[in-house]
This record gives sequence, C-alpha cells and structure tokens, in this order.
Amino acid sequence: MTSPSVLLRVRDLKTYFVTEQGKGTARAVDDVSFDLYPGETLGIVGESGCGKTVTSLSILRLVPEPPGHVLPGSLIEFEGRNLLALSAPELRAVRGNQIAMIFQEPMTSLNPVFTVGDQIAEAAIIHQRLSRKAARARAIEMLRLVGIPDPDERVDHYPHQLSGGMRQRVMIAMALVCHPKVLIADEPTTALDVTIQAQILELLDRLQHELGMAVLLITHDLGVVAGHADRVVVMYAGRVVETAPTDALFERPTHPYTEGLLAAVPRIDAPRARLHAIPGQVPAATAWPPGCRFHPRCPYAWEKCVAQEPPLLETGTPGHTARCWLVTEPERRR
Amino acid sequence: MTFGTWFALFVALVVAAEAVRALRHRGLRQERWRRFFRHRTTTWGLGILTFLVIMALAAPLIAPFEPNRQLDILHLTNHPPSWTFLLGTDYLSRDVWSRAVYGARVSLGIGALGALVAVSLGTLVGAAAGYYQRWIDAVLMRGVDVGLALPRIFILLMAVALWDGLPFAALVITNRLTSWFGTSRRVRAEVHSLRQRDFVVAAHALGAGTGRVIFRHVLPNAAAPIIVSAALGVGNVLLLEAALSFLGIGIKPPDASWGNMIADGASSIYTAPWSTLFPGLAISLVVMSLNAVADGVRDALDPRGEPS
Repeated sequence: MTSPSVLLRVRDLKTYFVTEQGKGTARAVDDVSFDLYPGETLGIVGESGCGKTVTSLSILRLVPEPPGHVLPGSLIEFEGRNLLALSAPELRAVRGNQIAMIFQEPMTSLNPVFTVGDQIAEAAIIHQRLSRKAARARAIEMLRLVGIPDPDERVDHYPHQLSGGMRQRVMIAMALVCHPKVLIADEPTTALDVTIQAQILELLDRLQHELGMAVLLITHDLGVVAGHADRVVVMYAGRVVETAPTDALFERPTHPYTEGLLAAVPRIDAPRARLHAIPGQVPAATAWPPGCRFHPRCPYAWEKCVAQEPPLLETGTPGHTARCWLVTEPERRR
Repeated sequence: MTFGTWFALFVALVVAAEAVRALRHRGLRQERWRRFFRHRTTTWGLGILTFLVIMALAAPLIAPFEPNRQLDILHLTNHPPSWTFLLGTDYLSRDVWSRAVYGARVSLGIGALGALVAVSLGTLVGAAAGYYQRWIDAVLMRGVDVGLALPRIFILLMAVALWDGLPFAALVITNRLTSWFGTSRRVRAEVHSLRQRDFVVAAHALGAGTGRVIFRHVLPNAAAPIIVSAALGVGNVLLLEAALSFLGIGIKPPDASWGNMIADGASSIYTAPWSTLFPGLAISLVVMSLNAVADGVRDALDPRGEPS
C-alpha cells in the first residue's frame, strides 16, 4: 500500500538502548514500519513499555543518546527526506515547523520560568523570525485558537498559574504555531480528567480539520483511538502486531493481543462482569521471548508460536494485517 | 567634614533612596519586578548598594580630605570619631572616612570584576560539562578536581613572585580564574538534572538549537546556585583582598582599599578600633546587601515561589 502521497514513512525502525553496566541491549523499538498520510489520524496503541513513546521520540530524533540509538538501516522519511540522515540545522528546521510534538505531561513539559506567551512565541521566533511583538500577537491568536478564555491576559501567565487542561491547550498552541504538517501527540490526555480529556481530543479534531495536518496519536486508551483515529497500529514488545482501519480493528480484532486489549476496556452496553485482564506483563526489553513475542501471554499459543515469529500477514480486509499465525490457521481460535 | 561634603553625602543618600523608590514604583507594574521587590530586605539591599556605588563614583565630592594625606602625624594619629573626622583617623593620621570613600572604588570594583569573571567562567564550564556529558564532562570535571586540589594562595604568591609589579586588577583576575571551580560543580549538577526534563526535550522538539536550549531553558532554571555563587563570590573577593593586603601583596600603599585599611588598622585595634571597625562594617554591609539583592533576583527569575 505505498502511495506517492505518503507524508511520513517509517520503515524498519530500530531504536535500542544500552542498559547500565553494559549488561544488555534493550530493544525498545524493533523493526517498526508504518505510513502516515496527509490529513489522517493514525493511532498507535499498546501497553506501557511496548515502544510507543520511543517510536515517537525517534521520529524527531529526540531519543537521549547515549544510552539510546537508532540503528542504521532504519528509515524515517518525511516528504521524501530521510530525517535520520539530516544534519543538525536541517533537523531543527523540521522540528516544530513541519513536525511538531505534544507531550504526555503538561505539568512538566512547560518551562516553569517563562510565561506561556513567551513559550508559544518561541517556535515562531525560531522558524519564522518574527519580531517579539509580532510573536506575542501570534501567541495571543494561538491561545484564542485553542480555546483559552481571556487570551490577552493569559499570555502573561506562568505555567503554574494554569490548570492541567489549560496547560495541555498551551502545549497544543506551542506545537501548532508554525502550522506543522504532522503533529505527534504522545498520550496527550493521559494526565487529564476525563471531561478535560474529551475537550482536548475534540480540540485536536477541530484543529486538524482547520489546519489540515496529519496526527500521530499515541495512546494506551482504545476508547481514544475509537473516537479519533482513522487507522490504528497496535504495538507490542517493540513490534507492530496489527494494523487496521479503526472500524475493521474493532469489528474483527485479529491478533490475540488486540483482542485482549479490547476485552480489557469496560463497556457501558454489556452486562456487568469482571473486567478482562491480559495475564502477565510485557516482558523486559532486554530479553524478548523467542518466536512470537506475545506467546507467553497468549491463550491460543501452540508450538509454532514458540518456534517462529510470524510476519505481518494480510487478513483479507484491505489495509488490515496481523502478526499472528492464527491468520493462516484460523481453526485454532476457539 | 565641611558643609560641602555633608551636603554631597546627603545628596548621595537622597539620590540612592529616590532611585530605588522610583525603580520600585515603576517595577510594581510588572510581574517580574514585583517579585524582585517582594522582600523589604531586597529593597534595602539595593538601596545600600546604590548608595555605595554613588559614593564611590562621587568620592572627591564626598571625602573631606585627601585619602592619603597624613594630616598631622604628631597630634592627629588615632583620633577618635568626631564631627571633623567622621570615622576618626588612623595610625598615620589619615582620615578614615575619606579613605573608606575612596576605598569603595577599589573594593567594589575588584569585587564586581572578580565575581563576574568567576561566575561566568564557572557557569560556562558547568553548563558545558552538565549538558554535553561524556568525554567533555569527564575532561572538564577532572580539570576542576585538579583546580580544587591546588591551594589558591599558593598560586597567587607564585604569580606575585614571577611578575614583579603585577597590577592589582591582574592579581584579582588571576585569583578569580582559580576560584570558579565550586561554581562550575554546582552548575553542572543542576544542568545535569535539568537536561532530561520534559520541557527541555519539548524545547528541542520545537526546533530550538543547543545554545538556545542551554541559555534559555536550562540556565534560567539553574539560576539559584549561580546567583548564590555570585553573591558569595563578591564577599570572597573582598575578604581575599584584605588577606592579600595583610600579606603585603594587595593594593600598594598608600592607596586605600577596605581590605588594606583593615590590615593597616590591625596593629592599633585596641587603641583605635574605628580604623578597622568601619572598613570591616563596609565589607559586611556589601555582602549582606548583595545577599538580599540575590534573593530578590532569584525570586524574579523563578515564578514558582509565590507566597501562598
């Protein structure tokens, strides 16, 4: 499914971390590939520790080095240019300008000693060489855009004077100042109350329509994905285990891990029962299990799963692939 | 003291008070300045420093006598404070007040210069080591270890021995070049912990370059140790100058500095305590005022410390 209009193409991304005392290598992201098309929202879903955040940091080359490094052979292509091969100034011209990012923790992602106006204006000053005055006007405009009341006043406030939801709006304003083509949203609502969560996601949707950007929505929350993503990439243990259009994923989850995730979401329309939990935990990134990495936790696993890791297999639905032998042997699903 | 010098002293006091008042008044409209002036002590410290600086600049107007003139070596040695000799006279019958006023030029000058050199060097090295880590950190910090291990007074004595007639400014700079190690250690520790903070990563994600990240995002958050170092540094320079003067390698006599006034008066401390007391008070006053102002600067840079 390669189309010339792909905006961001990630191929065979491997980001490893050398653990302390040089004892081992944590393969946090191991051979991840996906495409992002203009204007769409791609959800990346998975448990904590499955490599979502490292994937997003790798795209802008923000992985702390050392101990982390992106392996040669990985490709992150944005509008035909490999971001991994850019020089530092070229990369800075992309960051915040073409590809912007918002972070999980609005409490700690804003610089405590500058006003929010200064911080929103920063990207405009860096990339568009706006004067301080013009940048301030732009900051006020952005605050209005993200729905902060009294932007003329709020522009001079410090982060600690704002609530969590407001700060996340400020983060979004910061990221969107230069009208980026791609917005990477790393768990943008995890730290917020449910009502605020909904507001922020709605805001992101609205801005996406107004500005026509593509969004890479990273979350552990399938509910968020269901309402806001066009396509979904499910990650487990540093690998992509399933990709599908959102509807197809919810109708026919193919990988047992996706099934488990779906079963773990509480439903308002189902009879009350104990919530399902996937047994066990994500294994350590220094020692992924052999074969299929999910087999120790998989209810269907058989010998083949231990012996050999499945590739991403076509399920028959367009754009729906799963890394599971059940695709070839569906009769084993009970 | 003549009428003219009293008047000049009065004018200096009024100008200092008025300048600080006006600044405070104007500043209260701005959040940052409001935090600066939050503590009464900061305002007082700023006022005292302003007054001392004006005094140093206008020394010829405020000092009633030539600072180095021996007024009457027979009858006026160790004269106690009086209306004519505001702070008394020293063992060579020189007017202590006049010498203190002129000494302010030397002492404040070298204090500011010295602290500036030490703090900027310490901050730069600390920031580089803390930010870049790896071999840069290792090299710089091992250098600092060596620097910390060397006795400073030794280096100074060596410098004096090697360069006869070394200008005092050069001496101060040499001294300060060897006294930024502590600062750089503190700054490094702070930068080290700040560099992986979310907002620093976020700044990178916005496309900020390394210099911008360090100077705009990291260092302002490390302001507290830097400012404390600066305030302490000035006090250190003043005391070191006194120590060097005591050893006879400071300011060349007969020129006055607060340090060598203390050294000069030490021999007659029982009979004429005023000749050491007042320059000593001046040094303490400067150090205390600086600390008060440093508190204000720290508050101005860090909005989080709002009174709840």
